Amino acid sequence: MLRLVARRLLRVIPLLLLVTLIAFGLLNLVPGDPAVQIAGEFATAEQIEAVRTDLGLDQPWLARYGSWLGSAVQGDLGESLFSGVPVRTQIWDRLPATVSLIGWALMLSALIGIPAGTVAGWREGSAIDRFLTVGTTIGVAIPVFVSALVLALLVGLKLGWLPATGYVGITESPWEWARRLILPSIALAFTGAAEIARQTRAGVIEVKKQDFVRAARANGLTTWQVLGKHTLKNAMIPVVTVVGLQIGRLFGLSVLVEQIFNIPGLGSRLITAVFENDIPFIQGTVLMLGTVIILVNAAIDISYGYFNPRVRES
Amino acid sequence: MTAATPDVGLSGLDSSPTETRWARFVRRFRRQRAAVAALTFIVVVTFCAVFAPWVAPQDPIEQDLSSSLAGPSWEHWLGADRLGRDVLSRLIFGARFSLLAAVQAVLVATVLGVPVGVLAGLARGWVDSAASTIADAVLSIPAIVLALAIIGVLQPNLTNAMIAIGIVYAPRLFRVVRSAAISVREETYIDAARASGVGTLTIARSHVIPNVLSPLVVQVSLALGFAVLAEAGVSFLGLGVQPPDASWGVMLGQSTAELEDHPILVLVPGAAIMLAVLAFNVLGDGLNDSLGREIRRE
Repeated sequence: MLRLVARRLLRVIPLLLLVTLIAFGLLNLVPGDPAVQIAGEFATAEQIEAVRTDLGLDQPWLARYGSWLGSAVQGDLGESLFSGVPVRTQIWDRLPATVSLIGWALMLSALIGIPAGTVAGWREGSAIDRFLTVGTTIGVAIPVFVSALVLALLVGLKLGWLPATGYVGITESPWEWARRLILPSIALAFTGAAEIARQTRAGVIEVKKQDFVRAARANGLTTWQVLGKHTLKNAMIPVVTVVGLQIGRLFGLSVLVEQIFNIPGLGSRLITAVFENDIPFIQGTVLMLGTVIILVNAAIDISYGYFNPRVRES
Repeated sequence: MTAATPDVGLSGLDSSPTETRWARFVRRFRRQRAAVAALTFIVVVTFCAVFAPWVAPQDPIEQDLSSSLAGPSWEHWLGADRLGRDVLSRLIFGARFSLLAAVQAVLVATVLGVPVGVLAGLARGWVDSAASTIADAVLSIPAIVLALAIIGVLQPNLTNAMIAIGIVYAPRLFRVVRSAAISVREETYIDAARASGVGTLTIARSHVIPNVLSPLVVQVSLALGFAVLAEAGVSFLGLGVQPPDASWGVMLGQSTAELEDHPILVLVPGAAIMLAVLAFNVLGDGLNDSLGREIRRE
């Protein structure tokens, strides 16, 4: 087990380094002279020079990368170009809304996807399986901004059951926090639920053909015992990976959902940064998200080894 | 496979040995009604997009404030937007931008991902692990976030947006091509070619690429679906196609303010995007099921 952890962590290092290189390298994609671009069209020569020294653009890139990485490791991601507010503070301020949204969406995806996939797989080829397969195919294709807008329209505006937009922090009012996150997280959960259902279905179909499941049946266990104890437990292993992959995807899609539901999260801040050419903020976000997702996936892989001893050996 | 095979016992087989690969593909594909419908839909949309000036009833950017926000009528089948522009015509011209953008993005992804994938799959060793690690690193950043980051650093316009989406998708094509190349590499005829002194590049061109094509075609179809969706998302945010041009994403983004009173303005482009994505996905699945064992093995 220890060897698995060590091996997996060893693989994380080059990935993390590459993500830092990608985040850092974004600056080099700026067309022309980055200092001129960033300072804006009305900047004086001195302002451009100030930006140049500020970003260290007068130094060779390896030296710049070294000092950028050095500060990033200590949590210093630089400052926003316009407001001058540290990027770390801004990300930190925006994170609760995004994390709440993704947490809800992930929970909903699993709550819908796992039972749906189990039923479809257990009753493979039945009417309900075909219905669910069509449903998941459509679910994957629904653009998140369309489901978000339709939900906001129907439930928020027409029926008026839930607030159509806005966000309230959990510390302010847990009730309002939950109420306002329902619609956006349902919108986000469509795709996730469909993906998880597909994976669960495939897993259940695979496992239910195994000898130990047939043996359990032959021994006279009830359907529920066979399904829960023997089939699902084993079918869940690939599903956990899919759930892990969903985290990254949900982060991405939350950009659109936050924009539509007017949620002050990381995604809507990123869009502002993109419009403002706020490169330090963009770099910081890419670095932070990439790191989190790499670590989450590594943790999932390690948990695999914990739950399934066979993985440890390979 | 054209050698004279005894005709005994073949009646139960799914294909006759003399059938060409193409004929077999067509026969298997035609059996899949959903995929055929999807392909038909894509062909119709592409036709409308290419011949938009002749198909569209009106000028997509001509404003007519007297019919502002008009509902569906004989004059405007799908109504008109706030500036009185005909929604149906905008939808047809929008297909141009959406499809063209998707093709651009997939081209970028193919150029970046496929050659490296073939090479990594064949070369093994450090080339493979370096390329795979880079692909993993790119994949660990959420696609939309990375695309937005690239757009934010370049300038927000359609071409840059499509370059960004292409870069984001390249590692996915890379992975598929690499694993296909690896499975081809293990075949004995590659060993034979190597043993007779054929170089790696020639092997790649004459043996690996033809065998990688099937999974690649499937992936390209899925990639087009992804690109349509991504273009719509980026343009919806105002970071892709710039007005007065309109892709489906732009139409959607511009009409969110009208959501409550004129939902049709949101629903029409939304449905177009959804159907296009669905069609490419279903087509991809259908191709996957009709393109022989190379893919099934995955």
